[in-house]
This record gives sequence, C-alpha cells and structure tokens, in this order.
Amino acid sequence: MKEGRNTKLSLKSIKRKSLNNAEMLLLITISLFVIIYIISAIVFSESNFAKYSVFFNLLNNKAYLLLLALGLTIVLISGSIDISVGGVTGLVSMVIATMLLNNNVSAIWTIPTALCIGLAFGFVQGYLVAYMEIQPFIVTLAGMYFARGMISVINAKSVPITNEMFMGWSGAKLYIPFLYNVRKNGTLDVAYLTPASIVAIIVLIIVIIMLKKTKFGRSLYAVGGSPQSAHLMGIDVKRTKFRAHLLCGLLAGIGGFLYTLFAPSGNPGNGYGYEIDAISSSVIGGVMLSGGVGLPIGTFFGVLINSIIERVVPLIGIVDASWPRIITSGFLFVFIVLQGIFSNVSKKGG
Amino acid sequence: MSDLKGNNKLSKSTFISFAKSLASNRLTFSVVVLLIVVVQNIITTPGFFKITIANGLISGYIPNILDEASELVIVTLGMTLVTAASGGQDISAGAIMAVAASFCGLMLNGSEYRTDVFHSPYLLALLVGLLGGALCGAFNGFLVSKLRMPPMLTSLILFTAGRSIAKQITHGQTIYIMNPVYKWLGVQIPGVPIRTTIIVSTVTVIFITLLTRLTSLGLYIQSVGINDASSRLVGLKSSVIKFLTFVLYGVLAGLAGLVGSSSVGSVNSGELGLGIEMDAILAVALGGNNLGGGKFSIAGSIIGAYTIQAITTTLYAMNVRADQLNVFKALIIIVIIVASSDVFKTKIKHFTQKIFSKNVSVGG
Repeated sequence: MKEGRNTKLSLKSIKRKSLNNAEMLLLITISLFVIIYIISAIVFSESNFAKYSVFFNLLNNKAYLLLLALGLTIVLISGSIDISVGGVTGLVSMVIATMLLNNNVSAIWTIPTALCIGLAFGFVQGYLVAYMEIQPFIVTLAGMYFARGMISVINAKSVPITNEMFMGWSGAKLYIPFLYNVRKNGTLDVAYLTPASIVAIIVLIIVIIMLKKTKFGRSLYAVGGSPQSAHLMGIDVKRTKFRAHLLCGLLAGIGGFLYTLFAPSGNPGNGYGYEIDAISSSVIGGVMLSGGVGLPIGTFFGVLINSIIERVVPLIGIVDASWPRIITSGFLFVFIVLQGIFSNVSKKGG
Repeated sequence: MSDLKGNNKLSKSTFISFAKSLASNRLTFSVVVLLIVVVQNIITTPGFFKITIANGLISGYIPNILDEASELVIVTLGMTLVTAASGGQDISAGAIMAVAASFCGLMLNGSEYRTDVFHSPYLLALLVGLLGGALCGAFNGFLVSKLRMPPMLTSLILFTAGRSIAKQITHGQTIYIMNPVYKWLGVQIPGVPIRTTIIVSTVTVIFITLLTRLTSLGLYIQSVGINDASSRLVGLKSSVIKFLTFVLYGVLAGLAGLVGSSSVGSVNSGELGLGIEMDAILAVALGGNNLGGGKFSIAGSIIGAYTIQAITTTLYAMNVRADQLNVFKALIIIVIIVASSDVFKTKIKHFTQKIFSKNVSVGG
C-alpha cells in the first residue's frame, strides 16, 4: 500500500519535472519575444510596432516557416532530424513555377503536386532512417543536395509566376474586424491575415492537438525520450519514426506551397538555408535537440522571434541581408547552450 | 558419394570465405569504384595517360585530377578524424574555407578590393587564415565536446552563418589579390614543375598519417570513437581529444580554403568550397570508414577522395553542370550508405542463405 503510494508520488514528481523543463524553455521564449517586441516598439517608434497590422504581418511574412518549423518540431521530438526542408521548399516553388508556365494547367493542380513532393521526400527519408537505420542527418543531407540539384535540373534560371488564379491566392487578404489603427491621413490600417497564415494556424492547431491527445503524439515523446523504454512499453519505434519523417515531409511540401504564395516565382536560390531557420525556430521555441521535449506553441513563438529579427535588423541600419541569419544562428547557439545547462541540471537533480 | 559432397562444400566454403575477406576489407569497395571510373575514362578519353609539360608545368588528365582533388583530400583528412572521434560529421567545411580565405584576403589586401600590393607579410596572412579556420573548428569542438551536442547540428550553425560571416569580413565583396606571389600556394612556385596543390595535399597526407601513426593520437581517437565512456574510464580525456580533432579539422579546412582561393587568385565567400562537405562525407564513406565513428583508414579516405574527384571530372566531361552534380552525388551516397548499413547486410545474408539452402536441397 505504502509502496504503491510512493511510486505514484514519484511518477507525479517525474511528470512535473519534465513538464517544468519544457514550460521553463517556453516561458523564456515567450518573454524573449515580448521583450524584443516592446523594446523595438519603443526604440523604433516611427516604424509602427504598436500597430495591429505590423504584429499580424510578422506571421504573414513567415507562415511558410511555421510549417517547416512544425515539421522539424515533430521530427526533433522523435529524436531525429530533417535538414532537407529548405531544399524541398525550393524544389516545390520551382516545380510550381515551371508547371504554371503552361497556361492550360489549372492552379489547383499545384496543391496536390506540392503535397506529393513533400510526401515523397518524407517517405524515402523516413524509410531509410527508420527501417534501414541510417543516421537521419546523412539521409536528409543527401535529400537536401538532391532537392537542390533537382531545382537546377528543372530550371537554372528564375521563373516568374503569372497565373491569375495563383496570384489571386497569393494576394488575397482576410481583414480582421475591429483590429485597426487610423493612419495620419485618416485612412484605416486594418490588420489582415493571408490565406497562407490561416493555413499555418490551422496546421498549428492540428499539430498541437495531435501531439497532446493522440496515441501517435504521445508515442513520439516516448520514442524521443528513450527509444529502448518506448520499445519495452510496446510502442513500434520504427513506425513512429517513419511517420514523424513522413509528416515532416508533408509539412515541408505545404510549407513550400505557402512560400510560393508568399514569393511567387521559381528561383534556384529559393529556400536556401531555411533548414537552419526552421531548426532555430524550433530550438528557440524550446524543443530539445536530444529529443523527447518540446511544445508546438513554443515553435510558434520561435517563428515570431525569427520574423521580428528579420524586421528589426534593417531598422538598426544594417542593410546586408546576411545579418538576420547570423543573428538567428547566434540565438540558436545561445539556446543550445541553455539546453545543455538545463539537461545537465535535470540530470544532476535526478 | 559423400566424398564428392564434402569436396563441393569445401570449394564453396573457401569461395565464401574469400568473398567474405574481400568484402570485409575496407579498401576493396573504394578501389573497385576507382577502377571502374578509371576504366570508363580510358575507354572514353583517348589521352588519359598522356602527360605533357606545358609552360614548365606537368599537365595532363591525371595530374589535373590530382590537382583538382587537393582541396577535397585535405578536407577529407579532417573529416575522417572528426568522424572517427565523434561519430558524426562536420558539415561546415565549405564555410570554414570561406572564413579562412577571407581572413587571409583581408590581411593581404587591407581595405582594397583589387590590389597587387601586399599589406602584410604573405606568411603571416596565411597563418592568420589558418588561425581563422582553427577558431571555427574550436567553436564546433567546444559545442560538441563540452556541451555534448551532435556534431552535425552544431556545424549547421557555421554551415549557414559561416558564409555570411566571411562576407562581412570581406565587406560584402569579392576580393581580388593580384600579386603573383599569392598564386604560389594554389598554382605554381616558379621553377617547380609540379603544381603546388599536389605538393601541399601530399605533404598534408603524410603529416596526418605520421601524426596518427607515430603518436598515440590515432589510437586515442579510435578508442574515443568506439566507446566514449569506457575510454574516459581508462583515463583518456575524451572531450579534449574530440576538441582537438575539431580544431585540426578547422585548420585543415582553412588550409583547403587558402589553397582554393589562391588557385583562383580571389576570395569569393559565396563560391569557395561550395558543397565540399558533401564530397568529403562521400569520400569518407567510400573509403570504408564507419560513419558512426571508431576505426578509421586514412588510405581509404584518400582513395575515396580521388575517386570522387574522378567521378566529378568525368561527369563534367559529360556536360553535367556543377549544380546538377549534387543529384548524382546524393544518390551515390545513399546507395553506398545503404549498402554498408547493418540492416542491409543482414537482409542480404538471409537472402543468400535462402538461395544457398535451396541449391543444396536441389543438389540432394
């Protein structure tokens, strides 16, 4: 009787502890975002950070990144990694642009094409990682180079998109009632969301529910935390990893589609380095690189931080486009160090 | 009757054991691939073995491959050591090359973009370039050895940020170093008939081989790679050894960067060593090294590197563009790694056993 209560207690404390770790990282992320936002609102008061529309544009500009980062969140939680997402993004945008060169092709067909490309990458990489037991990094590095090479095989030049239907989707805005500021000349500056942002938010909600409530979501955490004990618990580790990669590929495909909506042209340089943006968004959002810990909502804030860095850096007076990435990488470094400290503390405490 | 059966079995078993020993030899695979590429080249290129002396330089098809492979060989040496010690690969080689060359270019050119006057001593600038490489390696090494982060992930930081940093060092422009002395390292020292790149890569190979053979470093690296925890219990400072291999990797990548920028006489941080990390990983895998760490064979890696360069040159000759090469390389690396993975080997084993048992039953 006494023993039973003890185990119950210890289970509870373990649960609380692991949650604490994730929540702590999430708290750091959210407060970091709020601090950066408030500081930039005060320092750059002319650039309207206090406006609703600017806030929503942070999401509108990076809707595609949210998709990529959510895919990486899933894969990282399962204890694996995927660095092909940037390449897949570029490949999808190039394929869509090349498809739409033909006027007879309806823009609707671009959606299944994007999904199929993503799924194909996810399927092959997932199979190689899960069932052939090859290091995920090598597999997805090869995937990245394959995608990058395929882009230039398809087309080595920039391809503009002129399809009316597609451009209609790309330029659509969904105004949000009641959230507006009055401009100096008296017109209204209403906050809006693009279709891409709405898709991204829907996917975010689905991923949150999936990770929290479904059997697959819970087994992801178990597999990432400890594959051996997950196996002993009766979880099919290989299948879980395979599905994680498949899902990441699918999300990368959707992300590529949203990116093409955001920047409607096929360019060989598209999506270059987006894997680091996606990984840093996840990691800044509190996803542990060692696997098993992480919350999708944190990733959401990680993406917002990435977006705000990209917006603030030019305001400081640095025009060079390479600086946001240096700073994001710096943040990634800081958070990796933080995670190292966290995991050391929890190891010592346990 | 029984005698015959025994004989049959014997020949079969000797054949199997021979095949097994051949298959287990790490060099077999890379040598076979190299031979295939060479034979293919002999058939398609008439003057493959022809060596001429032009402008006081030995030139020809083979010296060309040796020359073009030199950067890859130098990076592959570092990649072999890092792979052996940490069980992961560092993918920031190209970025480190750019950083090192940018440092060197900054020292030599000062703030000018195109000049033929050295602003600082040549050797000092080379040293600063190597130091820049070592710094990048130390950054990766610190993250891997002290914070225990997976090597590929930590090197991803420099992989993406490194070129941007290099661009900042050279003020966002391509630097042209017009002084002919700068080309000594990458093209030719006046009076020496062999390209300097070949000399540099050969000297580096000998140096690293001696370093791992004559000192205990090679043994330590293998033991850390095979089992980190137990080598710590034996008394090896595994984190220091991992850190050292990463610094060495940084220095070697820096050297490759200097050679690369010297051979074109300019520092272009966006182009220098682009995609070389993929080639280096490929070379290490081709050389029969376990990508999961542990035992390593420098000879295998070198053969692997020359094989990759031969494949690249061959594909160029077949009018494949540089950016399209990646498709082939990605497919080749996947095939190699699948073929050398344990799961695949056991599957093949089961398969061959099935066939052999069928044969025996048919014979009986």
